Amino acid sequence: MANLPPEIGAWFDARGWEIHPHQRAMLARAADPATLLIAPTGGGKTLAGFLPTLAELADGGHVGLHTLYVSPLKALAADMKRNLLMPVTEMGLPIRIDDRSGDTPASRKRAQRADPPHILLTTPESLALLISYPDAPHIFRGLKRVVIDEVHALAESKRGDQLFLALSRLETLAPGLRRVGLSATVDRPEEIASLIARHPAPCTILEADPGPAPDIDMLRIDDAPPWSGGGAAYAIPAVLEEVRKHRTTLIFHNTRAQAEIFFHNLWLANDEGLPIGIHHGSLAREQRERVEKAMVAGELRGIVCTGSLDLGLDWGDVDLVIQVGAPKNVKRLIQRIGRANHRYNAPSKARLVPANRFEVVECQAALEAAREGDLDGEPRGPGPLDVLCQHILIAACAAPFDEEALYHEVKSAGPYAGLTRAQFDDCLSFVATGGYALRAYDRWQRLIARDGLWQLRDPRAAARIRMNIGTIQDSDLLKVRMRGRGPALGEIEEAFAASLTPGDTFLIGGKIVRYEGLREMTVEVTRDKGRKPKVATFSGTKFATSTQLSERILRMLQAGAWPDLPAHTRDWLALQQEMSRLPDADSLLVESFPHDGREHICVYGFAGRNAQQTLGLLLTKRMEEEGLAPLGFVATDYATLIWGLDPVQDAAPLFDLDRLRAGLDGWLAGNAVMKRTFRAVATIAGLIERNTVGQKKSGRQATFSSDILYDTLAKYDPDHLLLRITRDEAMRGLVDFARIEEMAARVQGHIETRRLPRVTPLAAPLFLEVGKVPVSGAAEERLLREETERLMQAAGLA
Amino acid sequence: MKAHDFNISGMRLQARGAGALYWPERRLLCVSDLHLGKSERRARLQGATLPPYETQDTLSRLDAELAAVEPEIVVCLGDSFDDAEAALSLSDQEKIWITRMQAGRRWVWIEGNHDPGPVDLGGTHLSELPIGPLTFRHIAQKGASGEVSGHYHPKARLTAKGRSITRPCFLIDDERVILPAFGTYTGGMHCDEPPLSTLMGAEATAVLTGPFPAPIPMPR
Repeated sequence: MANLPPEIGAWFDARGWEIHPHQRAMLARAADPATLLIAPTGGGKTLAGFLPTLAELADGGHVGLHTLYVSPLKALAADMKRNLLMPVTEMGLPIRIDDRSGDTPASRKRAQRADPPHILLTTPESLALLISYPDAPHIFRGLKRVVIDEVHALAESKRGDQLFLALSRLETLAPGLRRVGLSATVDRPEEIASLIARHPAPCTILEADPGPAPDIDMLRIDDAPPWSGGGAAYAIPAVLEEVRKHRTTLIFHNTRAQAEIFFHNLWLANDEGLPIGIHHGSLAREQRERVEKAMVAGELRGIVCTGSLDLGLDWGDVDLVIQVGAPKNVKRLIQRIGRANHRYNAPSKARLVPANRFEVVECQAALEAAREGDLDGEPRGPGPLDVLCQHILIAACAAPFDEEALYHEVKSAGPYAGLTRAQFDDCLSFVATGGYALRAYDRWQRLIARDGLWQLRDPRAAARIRMNIGTIQDSDLLKVRMRGRGPALGEIEEAFAASLTPGDTFLIGGKIVRYEGLREMTVEVTRDKGRKPKVATFSGTKFATSTQLSERILRMLQAGAWPDLPAHTRDWLALQQEMSRLPDADSLLVESFPHDGREHICVYGFAGRNAQQTLGLLLTKRMEEEGLAPLGFVATDYATLIWGLDPVQDAAPLFDLDRLRAGLDGWLAGNAVMKRTFRAVATIAGLIERNTVGQKKSGRQATFSSDILYDTLAKYDPDHLLLRITRDEAMRGLVDFARIEEMAARVQGHIETRRLPRVTPLAAPLFLEVGKVPVSGAAEERLLREETERLMQAAGLA
Repeated sequence: MKAHDFNISGMRLQARGAGALYWPERRLLCVSDLHLGKSERRARLQGATLPPYETQDTLSRLDAELAAVEPEIVVCLGDSFDDAEAALSLSDQEKIWITRMQAGRRWVWIEGNHDPGPVDLGGTHLSELPIGPLTFRHIAQKGASGEVSGHYHPKARLTAKGRSITRPCFLIDDERVILPAFGTYTGGMHCDEPPLSTLMGAEATAVLTGPFPAPIPMPR
């Protein structure tokens, strides 16, 4: 075998294992400056990534760090250490391996910096932290390879942009560094390849045999799913039966709340006491680790989980994946299916469980798309400037820098290849002085130029900057703890905590707990003996169905007859036809109905979530003008649901083209989407600190909301860099208004408003959607006045 | 912007929607916790360089209140400056603006925990100010009566039809009123948190700021 030292070859032979062709290819291309390997899970992808490293380190001649492995999950880095140590020990190779993340003890971190291991396993955030230290040149001296695992997942977010910027810095510290990306199946491999490579160098793309086609289908269940609802309680017996029939079953959910509710119900029905665990991102680390260990040891038969298990942890003997709720996006479905059956040549098996009847239609569409290999995905924009601002701060923490040199270094990172000098200067100016139109802070600049090099005005600021490195936004989560000195149970969103009053019960980690109160930013709970919790509505991530999928769904609805759908879903669609009608492409159906004390309209555009979101913004603006007091909206891929105080009798005037544009900018600027986006941008760019030294001492009065900063900037400095980034980013989630205007023009005269007495079958699932956008207008003051009067009357004070 | 009328120690006072308190009988306007110069102080303490517009914004809202009620006395109830150095480093333009607002009326700076010493900006500097049956001080004292104070930046939340609305608020009971923070860069403390919930009497009301200030039973 070419390039393979005898110890390694012998190890393969001793096990009677063949080296996979793509693993061989990786060895053959080991000298390439950049390589992207696309292989299904279970294809020995990670070993393929590491084989060249093991081969190069086999003679024990290398001193210091040789290979840096970066993965999106801390758990994956720790897992990889176990998986690598075993063969390395068995092969008798002289290789030191260690992992590093936020959870690594400080003493071990210090030791790693002084005397780096040959292979360091880490995350993008820990890497960003490492390059911020003045001794980074020492740590990375002699580095030969960087292996990025699950690069397709990293590339989808700003974590990827941060990582690729870090690579540009590593390239300067260790010239000639080779880069390897490992990816699951993706629709646009060239795009990811261009991110991995040092711009403009080429990147080799290797594709492994995708293996046998997966066995996916809907899980046959006798009971009908409900009209709406996300709990899928009806499927509990059928799912338990599958768990019983398989060795290990992963049960995926789209949100943490759904996972909690499902797990709770599963546990109540689990008469045999099958070992089943729960794993999601809101659970405390100790609890997650316990489940991960039990799973690796093969002690669990089922794991109820969310996206936190999406990425390639080596889960041993998983032989079935169940997806509860519509997968929303075909790429994710395919990647989740990859969890099942890590043996390379056996087909992976997956079953879909729609949680309600609309999801039956969605699941059917996703199944067809998956069988046709129709992967969806949105193209990626250029590297975001807030991440660049953070990178400049990181550079300043490490050492004084020359702006010209840093600009060229940054441009070698794939996502920033098109960065203009003016954009870079804007970011530098923001980091150094705040970049405000009003000259301020001449004495207190963050960065100052001395002898032509930029540096921190006060070097002690580096500690604060390091505490805020990273692009993951979890600032509004509160820890949940048992009252007294109890253990941490997990985290819930601040907004969910705000909706609780003492005595309310909710689910976390499969337990029902009782809310007792908030103490120093920790939610205190006690155990509750009840069996019925107040529904946990903490939301987790919102997934959007791709536009392609929503088009498929509309085509299915229009078919008029649905032989592939189960009878209950056919009945449900027929009922929609009877109560209202099914949407079609030639006209726009708008349903208007009261529900739960508010008025609603549901607009079925089937235009994809971004377009429906834009439509929500436009229509609420027009409703505000018409005095209809809109309160908020939520957009899915097929419809926009708007609620307010007054009923809409005829929606057609809301689509008045001339009036859509007037005053739109002001309406947008005040919208929650913009404020939410700003909060993330300002945090990443370093304007808002998530963590500060001695935070506990300062009272709550001292911290004020990012909305205030947003409003102030919008009023006094509307062209500020952070507002420009915010607008660009918010607009990426919206579509071009021209397209909405086109749609309005096309259907004008064909807008049918149906005034109905209650929620329709097709509208019902929308009430469960997360990502609701509140609208600030006259309705809020009206609500406030009504509620004030009601409260005073109730208290006998009015 | 409207106002809510209420009585403390027999005096009729108005909680104004903008967050200022007006005492018509004495033509006295009171604002609390302006925190002028906050962004300058943050930058000095190695923090981020916040948008340096909050002093300008706070002063223009104060100016609008002065124009609306034309008071003879203005009482700034403490924490008017984020610290002594922040007061010194206001721009000349901002200092002139303050001087202009002081012209022709009595102006009192009550000392706060952020600004305990006198400032060189005109007006009188006092630890507290008794007028008739009322006492103006920065931090409320247990057992006091006829007390007007600030410090806590109270805010209140109410939920209606699924919408949660949080606003800075006045807290009012028979003995005292606590003012919301008037400064632009200020956060708040929910009135159901212990220092406030234990301080205020059982019948306390909260008046949420905004275009239509009206009382609700203080959320606890």
